[in-house]
Amino acid sequence: MTLVFLALLVWIAGWWINARLANGPKANTRAVGLLVPAIFGLTILIVWELLVRGLEVPLVILPAPSLIAERFASSLPILWADFSQTILKGALGGYVIGCGAAFLTAILVDRSDFLRRGLLPVGNFVAALPIVGTAPILVMWFGFDWQSKAAVVVVMVFFPMLVNTVAGLRETDQMQRDLMRTYAASYWQSLFKLRLPAALPFVFNGLKISTTLALIGAIVAEFFGSPTVGMGFRISTSVGQLALDMVWAEIVVAALAGSLFYGLMALLEKTLTFWHPSQRG
Amino acid sequence: MKTVLAVLTVVVTLIGIWYLACVPMNIKGVLDAAERAGEQVTPATARERRDASALGLVAQNSFAIPRVWSVERPRLPAPHQVATELWDTTVMKKITSKRSLIYHAQVTLSATLMGFAIGTGLGILLAVGIVHSRVMDMSVMPWAIVSQTIPIIALAPMIIVVLYSIGVQGLLPKAIIAAYLSFFPVVVGMVKGLRSPDHMQLDLMKTYFASQGQVFWKLRLPSSMPYLFASLKIGIAASLVGAIVGELPTGAVAGLGARLLAGSYYGQTVQIWSALFAAAILAAALVALLGLLEQVLLGRMGVKP
Repeated sequence: MTLVFLALLVWIAGWWINARLANGPKANTRAVGLLVPAIFGLTILIVWELLVRGLEVPLVILPAPSLIAERFASSLPILWADFSQTILKGALGGYVIGCGAAFLTAILVDRSDFLRRGLLPVGNFVAALPIVGTAPILVMWFGFDWQSKAAVVVVMVFFPMLVNTVAGLRETDQMQRDLMRTYAASYWQSLFKLRLPAALPFVFNGLKISTTLALIGAIVAEFFGSPTVGMGFRISTSVGQLALDMVWAEIVVAALAGSLFYGLMALLEKTLTFWHPSQRG
Repeated sequence: MKTVLAVLTVVVTLIGIWYLACVPMNIKGVLDAAERAGEQVTPATARERRDASALGLVAQNSFAIPRVWSVERPRLPAPHQVATELWDTTVMKKITSKRSLIYHAQVTLSATLMGFAIGTGLGILLAVGIVHSRVMDMSVMPWAIVSQTIPIIALAPMIIVVLYSIGVQGLLPKAIIAAYLSFFPVVVGMVKGLRSPDHMQLDLMKTYFASQGQVFWKLRLPSSMPYLFASLKIGIAASLVGAIVGELPTGAVAGLGARLLAGSYYGQTVQIWSALFAAAILAAALVALLGLLEQVLLGRMGVKP
């Protein structure tokens, strides 16, 4: 019972510190902006740990963070194998192929006004559909290994990326295109020097949306069949064995991979579109 | 009008590509069946055909081409096969029948809607809290944004099993996953929307001596509506995906996800495709419904299109 009481105390203390920081004079500095969510996250972890121990929650319902960390550290080789199977091969492979194909298709589509008019509504429509459902079909076609996961990812990221790139290629206004014309620029020159750079913010929007979709596709596709390695496989079998600490360790890996992947894209965006108003702020 | 024509062209082209793709995808199965029926097939044995390229087989056995669109268990069913299956399992079956897609869709839909309602309600509440409390804003908002980059769906099997072990089953576990998926888009969109009034408007409310409640009800909430609807559309699509994925790990017997899983176990490709299309139609209908609601509501609020 004391542990539960302690948890309550930690929660109040954490909230009090954050309230002081957030309403204090230095609230707008970058350090405080990072410190406050960090304290909040830490408070939640401590409260979680104390509550699980204090209320003696069984492992099959919710393992304590310390237990998860222990399991994480002790099964690094398994986690790494799963990571490279699902993220590096399945998700990343599909991501590169899908985004690349969508980008090239967008450039082709952009040359014809008729095609663009027709493809944009269809693309928008498809982007809202539950495409993960194609996973069983693609697993049937491409087998259980990572190729089928990559295929699911390709299908998932293709349309969001296509729609964004096509929208981006329309970003230049008439004046800018006319200027390129007065320079006697060829189609390729005006594509590379004017329209692609102008499309970059949209392209990166598509790339960032696709990072999460890629991970989701690769993990869910493994629920429909996989070799005996992979994050989705590990999660579904560990759940079956009620080894929830392993499940949580995989979720930590997925969370880290997801944030890292997104962060990388955001960083790339920052270096390549430094000129855009949204980045200059 | 031009757009309709263009969209129709693209759709027809896609269906054409689909029909064409059926030929190389299904040719091996057709030839195996033809060989069993005693017909002349080049190359003659299944082993030789296995390593041959699909297009080569098509060229050598052109008599088999018409059959690829009516295989019993095709690798890729033809569009009309899927359409027939959809028609048979929706209109021709009684709604209460276990084989009716409407029955399965309704199971998934109820989980989706329940989860969507929970997720949206909680999301809006949290967004209101975030806008009005600086502490919550600074503590919770970064995590809400980071959580969008995480494949939350990985949690789905665990949520189902954990809830099952404490005695909760049926609709609620799926609804919780659906709620979880629609929660974060709504929070992020709603916070953006509640913050969308600019300084001028907020200052005007101040000069009217409006209380915080009045500012909320008369300015912030109305101006957040376009943002809210944009994220509701994302949220309901995510909810549907959550409900479908939530049906996978438990071996559920009813629901579109269960149909997908059963189809992939027994190699019933036509069933998978029809379940997939049912899910797609459901998603499109839900999004369209929200779009309609948005138009009516924003129209009554006097927003010009």
